[in-house]
Amino acid sequence: MDIAESRRNFLKLAGLGGVVFASRLAGWADAADQVAHPGSAYDDFYFVQMSDVHWGFEGPPNPDAKGTLPKAVAAVNSLERQPDFIVFTGDLTHTTDDPRERRKRMAEFRDIVSELRVQSVHFMPGEHDASLDRGKAFQEFFGPTHYTFDHKGVHFIVLDNVSDPAALIGDAQLEWLAADLGQLPRDAKIVVLTHRPLFDLYPQWDWATRDGAKAVDLLLPHPNVTVFYGHIHQEHHHMTGRIAHHAAKSLMFPLPAPGSQPKRTPLAWDPAQPYRGLGFREVEAEVKSAEYALTEFPVKRG
Amino acid sequence: MNALVRQWKVAAAAALLAAGAAAAYVSAAPAVQVIRVVAKRFDYTPGEIRLKKGVPVVLEFTTQDVVMGFSAPDLDARSDILPGQVARVRLVPDKTGTFVFHCDIFCGSGHEDMSGTIVVSE
Repeated sequence: MDIAESRRNFLKLAGLGGVVFASRLAGWADAADQVAHPGSAYDDFYFVQMSDVHWGFEGPPNPDAKGTLPKAVAAVNSLERQPDFIVFTGDLTHTTDDPRERRKRMAEFRDIVSELRVQSVHFMPGEHDASLDRGKAFQEFFGPTHYTFDHKGVHFIVLDNVSDPAALIGDAQLEWLAADLGQLPRDAKIVVLTHRPLFDLYPQWDWATRDGAKAVDLLLPHPNVTVFYGHIHQEHHHMTGRIAHHAAKSLMFPLPAPGSQPKRTPLAWDPAQPYRGLGFREVEAEVKSAEYALTEFPVKRG
Repeated sequence: MNALVRQWKVAAAAALLAAGAAAAYVSAAPAVQVIRVVAKRFDYTPGEIRLKKGVPVVLEFTTQDVVMGFSAPDLDARSDILPGQVARVRLVPDKTGTFVFHCDIFCGSGHEDMSGTIVVSE
């Protein structure tokens, strides 16, 4: 049994419903080195999820605020086999009350990620990008805030739960979602990409989408749905019925586990382990079985 | 009194009730305590609200600038707070403890720190 096959079997053992995932919680610098070449034994595809870049943030939680994203871009570019595409699940920029500064941050972010070797990149907004102007600046730079695309048999749906500052998807978008789902066979392989959790993860910290349950209700009749999102700055896995929801790490600062402390303040930077808690994720799709193997990567390879 | 006049009187009474909703509420339930809370970017005044378990209270919210929210998930209470209007939330706390409330309508660069606490005692 080669390394890749061994890894595949491990991932199946770690299965959660119809989805498998792996978690590299133990080390921040060694994950990439332990993983076989992505896709080397598979015919399927993989993509990379990057999230919560918060470009423009400054503060003690990340003394390398201007260097972290370029390091992450370099880390993705150094993957031996490049992903089919990359998704950014929101909060590309840190919020500002100044519309001109918002656009400046978006332009800088766009310039940095243009260095990615993979040029197929799908963006979506977070509340920091879009909630103060209902997505206007985001759309100027990155296009629509909700859309679909298809890749090798998987239907991807990007949902916008941030342009409404009240954390609503809204009736119009829900109707659009229902119409899109209505065109698909019931057993279609569906991946939803969004920023906020669609379920009530921890509403006390605004970790929810107020009408997210309506979207989940629309998705539930389909047996092969998986959701990838950001917002909470940490790896997290949850099931609503048979739908798996996977939250990604941030590329600026980690946040505490839900409800683990009184306030949702960033975790402190650890000089002994810089970039701890930050990273990006590889998602390996096995289309036939609608399974997704997740591997977490650090910002900086050791 | 003919039917038309009766109908007018009913409509007038409804309009008066609507226009003076606060006064009507107070006169209908004079024992309920009213606590006024002012929201502005990015805090609430007062930031701590002290309540008694089982004792009804009405929280009256106003905002000094933009649209805000009040959300206390542990107490199953929320409301929009619109400029120029008073948002009323009636609460009968059924448990003791300290519960966080926060603004759940993204209101600016300090939005994520805009929160307060409701302390419920016996």
